[in-house]
Amino acid sequence: MKITPDMIVFAMLAGMAALSAVGVVAFRNAVRSALCLVFTFFLLGFLYFALNMEMLGITQIVVYTGAIMVLFLFVIMLLNLGASHVLEEKSDPKKVIGIGFGVSLAVLLASQIVPVLIKVNAPTAPEGFGSPQVIGNVLFTDYVFPFEAVSILLLLGIVGSVLLAKRRLS
Amino acid sequence: MATPTAAQRAAGTALDFFTTMILLLIFAIGCEVSTTAWAESGKFTQAFMDWLRSLDPTLQDVLAALGRAILAIIPVFAPVPFIIWYERRLLSWMQDRIGPNRTGNITFSRTSKLIPSFLKGKKFKLFGLAQSIADGIKLFTKEDIMPTKTDKFLFILGPLIALFVALTLGGTIPWAGDRRFTPVADINVGLLYVMAISSLGAYGLVLAGYSSNNKYSLLGALRASAQLISYELAMGVSLAAMVMVTGSLKMTEIVAAQEAPLLGFIGFLPNWNIFTPFGLVSGFIFLICMFAETNRPPFDLPEAENELVAGYHTEYSTKRWGLFMMAEYMAMFTFSMVFSTVFLGGYHMPIRWEAIGMDFMAGIERSYLGGLSVMMLKGVAGLTLYIWVRATYPRFRYDQLMNLGWKFLLPVATANLIVTATWIMISKVYGAAPGWMFAIGLYAVAIAVYLLLRSKKSRQYLDTRAVDMINQPARRAPEVVEPVAEVTA
Amino acid sequence: MGSYIGILALMGLAVVLCAVFATISWLLGPKRNTTYKNAPYECGVAPVGDARERFPIKFYLVAIIFILFDIEVVFLWAWMTVYKGGTVEFIKFTFFEFLAFMSTWVLGYAYILKVKAIEWDEPEALPSEIQEAA
Repeated sequence: MKITPDMIVFAMLAGMAALSAVGVVAFRNAVRSALCLVFTFFLLGFLYFALNMEMLGITQIVVYTGAIMVLFLFVIMLLNLGASHVLEEKSDPKKVIGIGFGVSLAVLLASQIVPVLIKVNAPTAPEGFGSPQVIGNVLFTDYVFPFEAVSILLLLGIVGSVLLAKRRLS
Repeated sequence: MATPTAAQRAAGTALDFFTTMILLLIFAIGCEVSTTAWAESGKFTQAFMDWLRSLDPTLQDVLAALGRAILAIIPVFAPVPFIIWYERRLLSWMQDRIGPNRTGNITFSRTSKLIPSFLKGKKFKLFGLAQSIADGIKLFTKEDIMPTKTDKFLFILGPLIALFVALTLGGTIPWAGDRRFTPVADINVGLLYVMAISSLGAYGLVLAGYSSNNKYSLLGALRASAQLISYELAMGVSLAAMVMVTGSLKMTEIVAAQEAPLLGFIGFLPNWNIFTPFGLVSGFIFLICMFAETNRPPFDLPEAENELVAGYHTEYSTKRWGLFMMAEYMAMFTFSMVFSTVFLGGYHMPIRWEAIGMDFMAGIERSYLGGLSVMMLKGVAGLTLYIWVRATYPRFRYDQLMNLGWKFLLPVATANLIVTATWIMISKVYGAAPGWMFAIGLYAVAIAVYLLLRSKKSRQYLDTRAVDMINQPARRAPEVVEPVAEVTA
Repeated sequence: MGSYIGILALMGLAVVLCAVFATISWLLGPKRNTTYKNAPYECGVAPVGDARERFPIKFYLVAIIFILFDIEVVFLWAWMTVYKGGTVEFIKFTFFEFLAFMSTWVLGYAYILKVKAIEWDEPEALPSEIQEAA
């Protein structure tokens, strides 16, 4: 396998994304965790860019970083999660077990994936792959029903969120 | 010295005008010369280009990208002191004040022996331009105060995110016609990139407000985020109609689509989106949203000084406050650029020079410096509008702000989107004339329906409210002021 | 290399500039902290209670409605780039598809207007419940 500059950029981005993903669970302050998640999503958008999926990457940034994470921050501030140290336990066996499981799972996955990946040549994307034009054509012709179903789903989302937020509990 | 008469003043103004014109002409010729000079390229440039070409292609790409990035940051970053000075001067002029006009003036001594003879008694005016620089130096050397119990990391991060957003917002804007220098990255989703980056701006304000440990800050941050997301929606929908018309999300293609003759038949005028009926509606909505996205008056509720002290940056002082201000001015300028790219034909002048056979002007338009200065002029026009609106309109109430965003801009933008789609469908399937007739008819209906609704409901509501307030009995009887006995001599 | 490398370069430069400003503001200026100077500003009186108060759910509601509408637009962006240049059949077919999509948008919008989800002066309950209570 030949190492191309694209792969180096991809590896850097992926490494940073993984690091900030670790930050999401490592930080005790909920706002900082949310911020790490923002950064992860932001970098994920660039990972899509590196894979020629410009439309998907920018959608990732617009929807997740720009919209959903603002809501996350709102919820964190709404609940006022200031005193997280109350929830902490002194000697927590869960942590050790969790780390053990995580590491073994990573090793297991790596042992299966890495040998295969080394042999594979980087696939070349066809012309215009991932551009908004291609996605627009496909979404509105081949995937009509999923597309219209999504609009119903979003409508349900609006009704549901309004009910959740505005209904008075008797 | 006697005060100048009206005629003298008029003569002075005329002289200033002609001087400016001549300077502009010299600049235009300079543009042309620089383009040819670049094309022929001197010895040094040649050697440099040779050296660049000898490098690894990937490294070349990276270096070119870095160079373009620097060229994209400078036009946003360098004018900030001028923008601040311009705002202060223009605002004072509108409010019948003088504003900063002294700082930076140098008068050399007449008598000192240290001064060379040709400088003696000479006066150099900067018209107060140095004021912003002096302010900057002052801000950067003041004591940095961080209130107790702040989240220090987030407190520092807040203004930096705002600055980051302002710096990277212009990443896909073509500043000129020369594709070697600009835009930084001509990605397929350039317009969405602007939307994505501007949506990150909310984080700077929210983090600043949240980490400050101050009630005013938190309220300001809340207001800011709700305002930003509300207006972003209308902004996105209004831009969507323009994407439909131009058929691309690529910024350079959006500019290129506006080079065509106006409405397809007026040859000497370009087809700027703002001149088309759909573009006019979209542009109007985008303009309002642009004001809201940059937190400028009349949308400056997050920093309303008579309610929230200073809103999300109450606890910020010195350089960190300065960073917020810098980011705000840069974002204003960049948003003006986005507006000119999408609605005002980008780096093009409002006349199609090729159509009337003026190739000299067309050449200026295509050169890097020429295109950049046209963009800059459009940016300054946008800034002038920002300042003018600031001087004219009072601040909104929060419910007015939300009503404007959700109940006026969003439905109008959505209706515009649907009408644009219908217009395109009809004009592609049945021909151009039925399409236009349909669009105009539908617009008339939409305006009539809106006026009907408005006169029935909201107008009544607002009016009765105002009348109630006026008719309320006074709480106290008006004080009777005893006439003071006149002291007689 | 893809064209996104320019974006990365720009962002890298922006991060460097931000870092420079952060460092400058850390280096320059005197540092003489006192308790009163560092107290949060509350118009001159001693701060009362915790600043991180809870806030009304309206803000949350506005945010979630924004997300839902924003996602609806995101689904349309890709189609908009091909709509004008498509064949007559494509334009006809997708136009009615678009209308169907937008009709749910209008329905959702009418719903949030009806229940006054974005009304800033309204009490936090559905209109029907207010009537029941009255």
